[in-house]
Amino acid sequence: MVHWSAEEKQLIAGIWGKVSVEQCGAEALARLLIVYPWTQRFFSDFGNLSSPTAIISNPKVRAHGKKVLTSFGEAIKNLDNLKGTYSKLSELHCDKLHVDPENFRLLGDILVIVLAAHFGKDFTPDCQAAWQKLVRVVAHALARKYH
Amino acid sequence: MVLSAGDKSNVKNVFAKIGGQAEEYGADALERMFVTYPQTKTYFPHFDLAKGSAQVKGHGKKVAAALVEAVNNIDDLAGALSKLSDLHAQKLRVDPVNFKLLGQCFLVVVATRNPSLLTPEVHASLDKFLCAVGTVLTAKYR
Repeated sequence: MVHWSAEEKQLIAGIWGKVSVEQCGAEALARLLIVYPWTQRFFSDFGNLSSPTAIISNPKVRAHGKKVLTSFGEAIKNLDNLKGTYSKLSELHCDKLHVDPENFRLLGDILVIVLAAHFGKDFTPDCQAAWQKLVRVVAHALARKYH
Repeated sequence: MVLSAGDKSNVKNVFAKIGGQAEEYGADALERMFVTYPQTKTYFPHFDLAKGSAQVKGHGKKVAAALVEAVNNIDDLAGALSKLSDLHAQKLRVDPVNFKLLGQCFLVVVATRNPSLLTPEVHASLDKFLCAVGTVLTAKYR
């Protein structure tokens, strides 16, 4: 089981409390599709992904980004039971969605950059460390039920 | 992975905007890397890695200077970084995974210090550039 120090929990909660899930989620997913265009392979039914502008304004991208980041919120409420929290989602991503877990790592790194851009100097090295740990652990939990 | 004309232009623009602060960006990226990915400290047992360390600042300056040199010779990264590539292959032998970690930290530094600069397109170009630099630096490993 992952151990979280009180400081790490505080750093995570402190940032999360000020995050617009809708905005950050949309931005993170859009950037994933722009920076790593091969990730578009999972979203062939999302319509126009032909340019960065199209991706950023695509309503399905925005909606799905919000969905994904909302799920992150669940993780943050259940830091001591991420395996349990993501068990069903892990099965879903393996059995139905067929998503290579590497994509969770890519999205996690992008999310950290989006947070860094929003919070500037407040996104201190210690903050970054806590959040990189969180995204790494979430990615691991999502990959756990793969077979 | 090939840098397009647009990528090169984006990267040059970023470094032009960063200008003389590149050294600070380098030091900041290294500090973040040591804090976020503690295993990277194993390559610096001879350094004082405490916050504000002069050695880290000095090394950040070196890293930044190399990136600036790469940007100034972006059409021939292999040529511009050839000596550094030899150094990493023969002497330093930093495991290739670590270049991605430093790259991530550099992007975070740009994001924290200059968020308006890091549009999605520029983010993509800069990520590609940093990957390309890592690839060149590890190209002669075996």
